[in-house]
Amino acid sequence: MTDGAATRHSPVAERSGPPGLRALPRWVVLAALAVLLVAAALASAAIGAAGIPPGRLVTALGLGDATSPDVARDRLILLSIRLPRIVLAVTVGALLATAGTIMQGLFRNPLADPGLVGVSAGAGLAAAATIVLGDRLLGGFGPEALPLAAFAGALGVTAMLYRIATREGRTSIATLLLAGLALGALAGAGTGLLVFLADDRQLRDITFWTLGSMAGATWPKVWAMLPFLAAVLVSLPMIARGLDMLVLGEAEAFHMGVPVESLKRFAIVLMAAAVGAAVAASGVIGFVGIVVPHLLRLVIGPAHRTLLPAGVLFGGLVLLVADTIARTLASPAELPVGIVTALIGAPFFLVLLLRQRAVVGL
Amino acid sequence: MTVIEATGVTVRAGRATLLDGVDLAVAPGETVAIVGPNGAGKSTLLRVLSGDLRPAAGDVRLKGAALGSYPPKRLAGHRAVLSQSISVAFPFTVDEIVRMGAGDGHGPHADALVEAALAEVDLLACRDRLITTLSGGEQHRAHFARVLVQLARGEADNGPGLLLLDEPTAALDLRHQIDFVTLTRARAKAGTAVVAVLHDLNLAASFADRVVVMHRARIAAAGPAQSVITGEMLSRVFDVELAACGLPVGTPCVLPHMITSRVRPGPPPAWTRAGR
Repeated sequence: MTDGAATRHSPVAERSGPPGLRALPRWVVLAALAVLLVAAALASAAIGAAGIPPGRLVTALGLGDATSPDVARDRLILLSIRLPRIVLAVTVGALLATAGTIMQGLFRNPLADPGLVGVSAGAGLAAAATIVLGDRLLGGFGPEALPLAAFAGALGVTAMLYRIATREGRTSIATLLLAGLALGALAGAGTGLLVFLADDRQLRDITFWTLGSMAGATWPKVWAMLPFLAAVLVSLPMIARGLDMLVLGEAEAFHMGVPVESLKRFAIVLMAAAVGAAVAASGVIGFVGIVVPHLLRLVIGPAHRTLLPAGVLFGGLVLLVADTIARTLASPAELPVGIVTALIGAPFFLVLLLRQRAVVGL
Repeated sequence: MTVIEATGVTVRAGRATLLDGVDLAVAPGETVAIVGPNGAGKSTLLRVLSGDLRPAAGDVRLKGAALGSYPPKRLAGHRAVLSQSISVAFPFTVDEIVRMGAGDGHGPHADALVEAALAEVDLLACRDRLITTLSGGEQHRAHFARVLVQLARGEADNGPGLLLLDEPTAALDLRHQIDFVTLTRARAKAGTAVVAVLHDLNLAASFADRVVVMHRARIAAAGPAQSVITGEMLSRVFDVELAACGLPVGTPCVLPHMITSRVRPGPPPAWTRAGR
């Protein structure tokens, strides 16, 4: 207790200002991220196997005459291939980052991530089951069935994890990770069985899920995700303050007036909805949920009122950039975006783990 | 009128009885210290009073209404709790932590409360530091400031509230232990009902209007310190013989001094005035 004695009699306490960019007003942070996101979207629209120079981007978006064959081609590429893909990447990134932020807040640990603890695998299993069994048992299904099934799968795994890892109001992160590993393996085995049962077309669909890719982006897919995105966005302000207080522990949060049990249930459903929708649209993409909130916490601090909306924007930005890299690096062929995020995210996760080990003595 | 009133409270965990028909009523402005050996049920009683734990039998009333009938948010406006050990999972600043006590945490009213509480616990200079970089005692004082903000915020709306403290001084140095006693007594003077679990009998004697001694899930004795902290009680409840606590020559020992000075009417012992 060194400062106590030293500062006791000094009448004026100097404010050195909080660390990082925390002193920035909330709207500046969010506006800056939004500008970056729009810039990245424009750049991504221009780059690709068939380049569209920035000058022609404006024309192709319908602000010039569409008589020349160039413009017609540009517009076709832009509207039916690139734009849905950009919107999908941003939406999926936003959902994954949000799910990661919520899960880390809920489990009070910066290493929690839906991809690591089997939630995404559960969603993948449910999606695969819908693809294989839906055809046989139900005789086909609509585009909205996949997100719903994936949501149910994610919810099931999360609820089970929570049950297993929480005892007397305390959630053990070690139990959580180990149980998540087991459930993830189980879901993986289930998906493997389904692969065994699947016919050729179904097999292609399932493979696409397990690798994670934005290549199948279409407008109907985007529309099917929007209700989930809207529900998540509307709900974020409701849980931000509660998640902050939960950082001190469930008992403390309750003492400060947070209805802890209903907050946890609500946050779990929200997280499962985000993961389910993201996985249904683009397969299992790892590490966005862990890298994005962590980087943001370093810069703007851990307060969820700013962290959650910033995560939506920054998550969208990160996945958009990763997907643009994935489809241009080996152009005209393309890498699954899950490979890009894993290549960047896995080393990042290791660094994070080592730093964490130094801090908490894991 | 009482702020909190527990009647016949019984708590069981498996086959063990943690509390067995405990009665306790605390009036506004009263300070109560709960003492007792390990496992006597002190913290369990505090958890029942805070609403964390519902008793298997018995009745707890906060300002006349059943404790269980308060939704969490309303409850937080009437009682504040300082737990024994709190770990903060993410690097919040001291200011952000203390501000959590003010609920939504914004507005000039909250600013003033935060400022005042930080000054009271002597942490104004550390307000922009990350709480994870503070020492254990400093972190505890930061949480105490948070609890003071919550209490003040609630009392502004609802009148005198209830302050529950679980071993609040365990992590504090002597200077801040004395500060703590001064601070909570001042709150009690303003009407707050204060209940603290304490291990240090000296501190309990100097802090509380009433000392409640718990022993084997029941209240063994209750009343003013002079009448409760006696050689007979120490040997019966704590299993220590006061006579055996005699001073080896030259070794200072606060406990016997304190108890004799409390039993015998006279000026407060010298150490409580130290540093004033």
